[in-house]
Amino acid sequence: MEFYLLTGATLCLIAGFAHTLVRVYAGKLQPGRVNLASMIGAFALLSVDLWLRGQVQRSCPLYSLFDVLLFMAWATSLLYFLVGSAYRLSLLGTFTSPLVLLLLLLAQLAPLSRAPVPAAARDPWIEFHAALSLIAYGAFALAGIAGIMFLVQDRQLKKRKGGSLLYNLPPITELAVANTRLIRLGLVILTVAFAAGFISGMQVNTLKFWTSAVIWAAYGILVLLRQIHTLAPRKTAILSVAALAFILVTLPAIQHLSSAK
Amino acid sequence: MTILCAGINHRNAAVEVRERFAVGTHELEATLERMRLIDGLFGAVIVSTCNRVEFYASSVCPLRAMEGLRHFLTERTGCTDLPFYSHDSLPSVRHLFRVASGLDSMVIGETEILGQLKQAYNAAAGHGATNSYLNKLFQHAFRVAKQVRTETRITRGSTSVGSVAVELAGKIFGDLGGRKVMVLGAGDTSERVARSLVSRGVRTVIVSNRTFDRAAALADSIGGLAVHFDHWHTAFDEVDILICSTAAPHPIVTREKLEKILQSHRERPLFIIDLAVPRDVDPAVNAIDNVYLYDMDSLEQIARQSIEVRETEVIRCEQLIERHVGEFLTWMRHHPSMPR
Repeated sequence: MEFYLLTGATLCLIAGFAHTLVRVYAGKLQPGRVNLASMIGAFALLSVDLWLRGQVQRSCPLYSLFDVLLFMAWATSLLYFLVGSAYRLSLLGTFTSPLVLLLLLLAQLAPLSRAPVPAAARDPWIEFHAALSLIAYGAFALAGIAGIMFLVQDRQLKKRKGGSLLYNLPPITELAVANTRLIRLGLVILTVAFAAGFISGMQVNTLKFWTSAVIWAAYGILVLLRQIHTLAPRKTAILSVAALAFILVTLPAIQHLSSAK
Repeated sequence: MTILCAGINHRNAAVEVRERFAVGTHELEATLERMRLIDGLFGAVIVSTCNRVEFYASSVCPLRAMEGLRHFLTERTGCTDLPFYSHDSLPSVRHLFRVASGLDSMVIGETEILGQLKQAYNAAAGHGATNSYLNKLFQHAFRVAKQVRTETRITRGSTSVGSVAVELAGKIFGDLGGRKVMVLGAGDTSERVARSLVSRGVRTVIVSNRTFDRAAALADSIGGLAVHFDHWHTAFDEVDILICSTAAPHPIVTREKLEKILQSHRERPLFIIDLAVPRDVDPAVNAIDNVYLYDMDSLEQIARQSIEVRETEVIRCEQLIERHVGEFLTWMRHHPSMPR
């Protein structure tokens, strides 16, 4: 059952992505209903899949790299639904769906154990910490996507050539605002996640902890520099994309190492 | 029932001729009343804009109705040699759908004509001059225009230097409400661009010109402030859009000068529209973070690009229109004569 749900979600996103590519080729980048529908469909299937895994594990399914990838794909989609419309950045979906698709493909194609890990006694604070951390990473992922859109629009405007991308992307000022707000949102959620982790008495002297701490500190410095107007929007966008790349590389690696222990 | 269309437009008649045919709002009701007296003519809509004067009507005996319309227009304009075109059902319906979609406009794809058509139709309907055929025809035309606009790129981009500049401002700032504009050099084009920006919600306009009186006059007419040309940089604080069109022989805005001014401006983008030839702004300014510089060439290039895109879309629009013409004529065949 889970196999079919996950394959369904992946196929939904592939269909949406293919449709977007066809539209881009035809010079239309405006988000169509197909893209939104594919994201809603994938989100619904993924929600059911995670719920089923949660039922088996009798806890939030976050105990293997496979779980983490699925949950992060789910959290990124959820944040897009919550944030995309609030910032009138429906086009964010066009850029978000490839990232969610990438996470799902990684989960599907990488040689990972899919078997749910049945629960022994689990601390709800740890689950809360883990779930919130992944939602925070979802916010950082969206910030990175808004950053990419900012950089593309900045390049279009600097090139002074017009073209489809220029007309279809949102105004650069709105992208800068969304980029900064999403970083702030992610930082707040990650801070709460850390607090929950400390309450649960999580181990601090681990590679996982220190990597998360570095990510938290990096985003903290970014927010601080933005706050005191030392960092221009373009540099913020570049750093948020770099930070996202760092998360995408380190998070699965560290999760894999900790699961292997 | 036959749909008739007769009229003149920017292609077949000069403005001196068009103005003789024009039907002003004040005479619309009387003209519609007079047209309804034409033998064999049921219902009429008059579209009178600066580029066209067209009469749409429905009739069961088109030849007699058209003859009556000719006679009426000769009487009204004093022209014996009427330059206007006249069509029966198929070409009339096609013509109206093309007009509504902006394909018959001077600038292909312009959307103002749709508003004018709606106004003309509402006025005629308000005076009780339309019937079920004309109602259906115009509603269908509005639907076609909407579809053409959303499904093709016929309205893509702007086609004049001024409108490209305003559109780019929108792409940089989104909502222009509350933005601050500085105009250096009170030329005609810069005035037009400034006015367009004001109409889009710009909050403050500062005008600076070598001749202070000219700056004051322009500032006065658009509700802005005038500053002396030697002090323009001191008034630069919080300016979002800079429009330059002075006659200076060398750049007056250089990278060094602007970087110094922008030290307190790091957060917000600055959009510079350089309309001057020779250019007022050093091209190196475009390399500064958050500064977007557009000169005449780049604005014209974007405008040209939009025109080319629109021209390539015409075929798709025509195909879409043709499908709707067929649909409308089928509807007409299934609804034989019922003038009211």
